[in-house]
Amino acid sequence: MTIRLHAKGLTKTFTLHTQGGIVLPVFDDVELTVKAGECVCLHGPSGAGKSTLLRSLYANYKPDAGQILVKHLGQTVDLLAAEPWEVVEIRRSTIGYVSQFLRVIPRVGALDVVAEPAIANGMPVDEAKARARTLLTRLRIPERLWSLAPATFSGGEQQRVNIARGFIVDYPILLLDEPTASLDAANRATVVDLIDEAKIRGTAVVGIFHDKEVRNAVADRLFEVGKAAVPSSSGKSDLQMSAGAMVE
Amino acid sequence: MTASALRKPAPKPPLLEVSGLSKSYGTQVGCRDISFAVRPGEVLGIVGESGSGKSTLLACLSGRLQPDSGSISYDMKDRGPVDILTLSEHERRRLARTDWGIVHQNPRDGLRLDVSAGGNIGERPMALGARHYGDIRSDAQDWLKKVEIDLSRTDDKPRTFSGGMQQRLQIARNLVTRPRLVFMDEPTGGLDVSVQARLLDLLRGLVRELGVAAIIVTHDLAVVRLLADRLMVMQRGRVIEEGLTDQVLDDPHHPYTQLLVSSVLQV
Repeated sequence: MTIRLHAKGLTKTFTLHTQGGIVLPVFDDVELTVKAGECVCLHGPSGAGKSTLLRSLYANYKPDAGQILVKHLGQTVDLLAAEPWEVVEIRRSTIGYVSQFLRVIPRVGALDVVAEPAIANGMPVDEAKARARTLLTRLRIPERLWSLAPATFSGGEQQRVNIARGFIVDYPILLLDEPTASLDAANRATVVDLIDEAKIRGTAVVGIFHDKEVRNAVADRLFEVGKAAVPSSSGKSDLQMSAGAMVE
Repeated sequence: MTASALRKPAPKPPLLEVSGLSKSYGTQVGCRDISFAVRPGEVLGIVGESGSGKSTLLACLSGRLQPDSGSISYDMKDRGPVDILTLSEHERRRLARTDWGIVHQNPRDGLRLDVSAGGNIGERPMALGARHYGDIRSDAQDWLKKVEIDLSRTDDKPRTFSGGMQQRLQIARNLVTRPRLVFMDEPTGGLDVSVQARLLDLLRGLVRELGVAAIIVTHDLAVVRLLADRLMVMQRGRVIEEGLTDQVLDDPHHPYTQLLVSSVLQV
């Protein structure tokens, strides 16, 4: 199967200049390959660096070293070496990202918030809004809320708007940061369906799923994310390398 | 997927390309050795505290201040890339009036306070040769609607408007001729927070709808988060960090940027 995303040699440390210049190593020499139609779950204890790795894959965080190779419009591009305008284009059409929290935009209604990424990616406005309506319906956002700005919505409702926004474009690569964290069982099941449908379309999914049921339902394998503090003699921390581990 | 297969898509040629720009006031540094490019439709944010040189930089770029050294190349519609510092005063003014927009922090600097709101919007189209009164007026009213000013105010003078309305009128006055590049100096400064949010949302919609490139100078990180694709952080006249807006704000590397980001109060 086609490899959609290949990260190699990824190393990330944070230097906190405002706190006495403390250096926090997060991960070192990480290699991760994700194929089309595959869902990889980033796994490890809280603070292990799962979110940092996921954000790095979106070029939201800047790793100190390594490459993130993605197929973008038929070409292989290194996300970390790409110019800012290129990253903007890659995010528009190739890599989607669902964060834990919706960054609300003042005065923009939920339906428009959801439709926006599709319109930016060239979908006709009517079609984008029709898709947004379908997604909001599936995620049980009552129609009377669609025209309202999500700032006043509950946490779970905001999260579902966020998920709809992430699934409106058929991205070849989709990154999910705890998409079901504040959802009830029915909505969790809908998110599992959405992920399954994306996988069938050939989307490569990388996610953090704390909920065991969701993880078992969608993940094809676990990718252990561990501490970078103890590199082995080969210079590689084998804690991170657990490529073939299967879901229990 | 190997590195040897790496090929980059061809970039859009820059609309504005600045290299080695410096300006000082006597021994006081305004800005030093600034280089960057803005592509069509791209929104660049410039942040930094007062005195960091961001306003000096903006004044040099928009032709209001002569830099000491460096070049500013602009891709003119009919001539291709031209160093605007070599243009005559007349040519530069014409460029500023037709292909550029300049939104001042204080709307009184960008509006004619003794001319009606409709007249303020009609001025640029008229300077470009529009003569039909009915067309100019209906165009102006279209823009009043876009910036959410009640049409009953078309013939009122902006001195009777609130600060937020004046700022929206200034934006309409600038965008009516569909410039390709807009310079904005603290566009939401001096406005109430609720008015700011409305203006930001409006600006965001217009910038996307029209596909104009913009350079926005501000000290407000929420403004750039919402509007800018790319960010430059300035301190003491220099650019100390730059990159994608979310990268710079979420994973700042330079000590000053970290301080700036960590100083924002969470609401």
